[in-house]
Amino acid sequence: MKFHSGNELTTADVKFTFDRLKQSQDFKAIFKPFSGINIIDDYTFELVTSEPYPLLLNTATYIFPFDSEFYSGQTEDGKDKSAILKHGNSFASENLSGTGPYTVTERKQGVRVEFERFDDYWDTESPGNVGKIVLTPIKENNTRVSALLSGGVDFIAPVPPNDLERIRNDKNANLVTMSGTRIILFHMNQERVEAFKNPKVRQAIAYAINQEGIAAKIMKGFATPAAQMSPEGYQGYNESLTPRFDVAKAQELMKEAGYEDGFTITMMAPNNRYVNDDKIAQAVAAMLARINIKVDLKTLPKAQYWPEYDNRAADMMMIGWHADTEDSANFYEFLTFCPDADTGAGQYNAGNYCNPEIDALVQKANVETDLDKRAAMLQEVEQRLYDDAAFVPLHWQDLAWASKKNVNIEPVLNVMNFPYLGDLVVE
Amino acid sequence: MLAFLVQRISQAFLVMFVISVIAFAIQDGLGDPLQEMVGMSVSEEEREAIREELGLNDPMVVQYLRFAGNALQGDLGNSYFYSKPTLEVIAEHLPATLELVIGASLIIVFLSVPIGVYAAIRPQAWLSKFFMGVSTVGISIPVFLTAIVLIQLFSIGVTVNWFPSDTGWGQWLNDFFSTEGGLPSYGRGDELTHLFATWESGFFTGTGLMHLILPSVSLASIMLPLFIRLIRAEMMEVLQSDYVRYARAKGLSAGRINFLHALKNTMLPVITVGGVQIGIMVAYTILTETVFQWPGVGLMFLEAITRSDIPLIVAYLMVVGLIFVVTNTLVDLIYGLVNPTVKLTGKKA
Repeated sequence: MKFHSGNELTTADVKFTFDRLKQSQDFKAIFKPFSGINIIDDYTFELVTSEPYPLLLNTATYIFPFDSEFYSGQTEDGKDKSAILKHGNSFASENLSGTGPYTVTERKQGVRVEFERFDDYWDTESPGNVGKIVLTPIKENNTRVSALLSGGVDFIAPVPPNDLERIRNDKNANLVTMSGTRIILFHMNQERVEAFKNPKVRQAIAYAINQEGIAAKIMKGFATPAAQMSPEGYQGYNESLTPRFDVAKAQELMKEAGYEDGFTITMMAPNNRYVNDDKIAQAVAAMLARINIKVDLKTLPKAQYWPEYDNRAADMMMIGWHADTEDSANFYEFLTFCPDADTGAGQYNAGNYCNPEIDALVQKANVETDLDKRAAMLQEVEQRLYDDAAFVPLHWQDLAWASKKNVNIEPVLNVMNFPYLGDLVVE
Repeated sequence: MLAFLVQRISQAFLVMFVISVIAFAIQDGLGDPLQEMVGMSVSEEEREAIREELGLNDPMVVQYLRFAGNALQGDLGNSYFYSKPTLEVIAEHLPATLELVIGASLIIVFLSVPIGVYAAIRPQAWLSKFFMGVSTVGISIPVFLTAIVLIQLFSIGVTVNWFPSDTGWGQWLNDFFSTEGGLPSYGRGDELTHLFATWESGFFTGTGLMHLILPSVSLASIMLPLFIRLIRAEMMEVLQSDYVRYARAKGLSAGRINFLHALKNTMLPVITVGGVQIGIMVAYTILTETVFQWPGVGLMFLEAITRSDIPLIVAYLMVVGLIFVVTNTLVDLIYGLVNPTVKLTGKKA
């Protein structure tokens, strides 16, 4: 297996990459369970974890081996070629040597990137027949769709929900959709609102929200209604949990909790981060009005929203989460764990929901290597979070891609939204 | 002349200063640049370390003085997203915007003068009324709508079957209202000619020109009606003046009166307004560039805002401010050439 530079890929490169990931601000948290790597020979290595770790394979997919020879040493002006910089330029940000099917031949940041097929690509069985790819970022939804329909481009992603029908009906276009894994939800901040400490009030809210309505009307069917965080296929996915929309029941619960006359809360949501985020928030606010909760809603562009989120600036705040590890535990660790600034647990738990028993159960699952047992534990976690109405799940945002008819995208697409362009076939 | 230039340059500095202060004052409202730089799962501690490194934790005054000191040496900081000096990023994007503005200006000049003059000379003709009507519509449609309609008609194409297609006339009418499409709807195309420095031009290749058509027409659509109306109004006024009547009485040909004597005086206010409008057009490109994914400074600015790329936002505002000052200065100079009775420095003649 050869790098684009011509160097051969060996375990030395894997170790180089592993050590680099352990230093990276973005990855060191994910690689924390790994204590080291042992090289056995040129093509065999051993990953060492500090305790039994069931997500070993999931996490190992983040090791995209770096060409150690290419990225070692110093540049002409004396900078370390392997430097990791969060801002400013490094050798690695402008020089490329990987093992992928394509090499970058031209790059104008934010305008276009050109890729050409790498002759020595390791997968000689790959059916891919695309020699050159031009990637053009088109931010504006309408322009992106027009570019496809006018024949300017062959393949677009994402497809905006409002244009799904238009593309489905176009005789020259091909539409592929898939249920996604990013959960959209609202937190109910118990520190800011006394009533949210009462599980009955939280349940009332969970009963008042019509997830199916939102998915059908606002998302135009472009979302899968959710009653838990884990999407289907994750170990924690609990089949028995379904949306529980029932306004009468919600009103009754409010009455039992002693809040029949309701109260007023503030709500914040981004307006350019998730698909239709601001409209979803408006719909949720309207649904809460039916159980006498008056909502003072504010929507903000994402650049301004996240600082507000970090400050927990509203009583109910929206967040979307995709698990970096493609595993259920990641959801709980960031979104429902008792917030702890020292360990970073519950970093995005804007509800301040805290149940040490559930946290302990997740931690137990995290060292359980029997995957069936682990799945049972995580499903129990989902069940308990559901019963406790720890948060308000809304839906998993769907994924959509579109192409010209002769571009066979379906086989190369996947739920991680990493199309394997190397295997793409154009007829 | 020298005094005039000195006055203008000091004005430019004042404008730059005010813009930079305003841009700095609002940056707190633009969001946290760290959100775009690091992943969601990066801890608060790590974020704080990067903030410290970038100097974002210093008091605003300290940050401003540091910025101003560097700015005086021609360094407006590095863009967070592009990891390059902001002026370099702007220099890379500016040619695309300038070509778009030039394209739109050419359309405006070549259409507004003949149409405006015609509408002034023959105010009652149905063609004049048609042009004035269309221009009212044009002025009231927002540019992004114009752009979307243009893309639908000329990029994607529209097939019309309003009329019975089994009859000859129906088929003819259907074909008449249907459009082919095929014009490029985004970007500048693959074949750009490198002129100098960062200037890559689309004016010298077929595809480059094709890519320019829809964006230039959209951008021109906002200003064109204004210019047609302005030229028409000014021309009608000039046609009433004494010297035109004398010229007529003297028996000069209509063409000579209209195009040599009258038009020249019509153009004075048009140049003033035009200069300012070109400055405004640079600002309007933000919308046009967004719809057509035109890789110019307008699109760059909009993306910088969504990314909270504060150094780039500040630098863009300052460059645009400079463009305004420069175009206004040029307009004043040209005005002096066209009308020699105007004294630039304002001294009594």
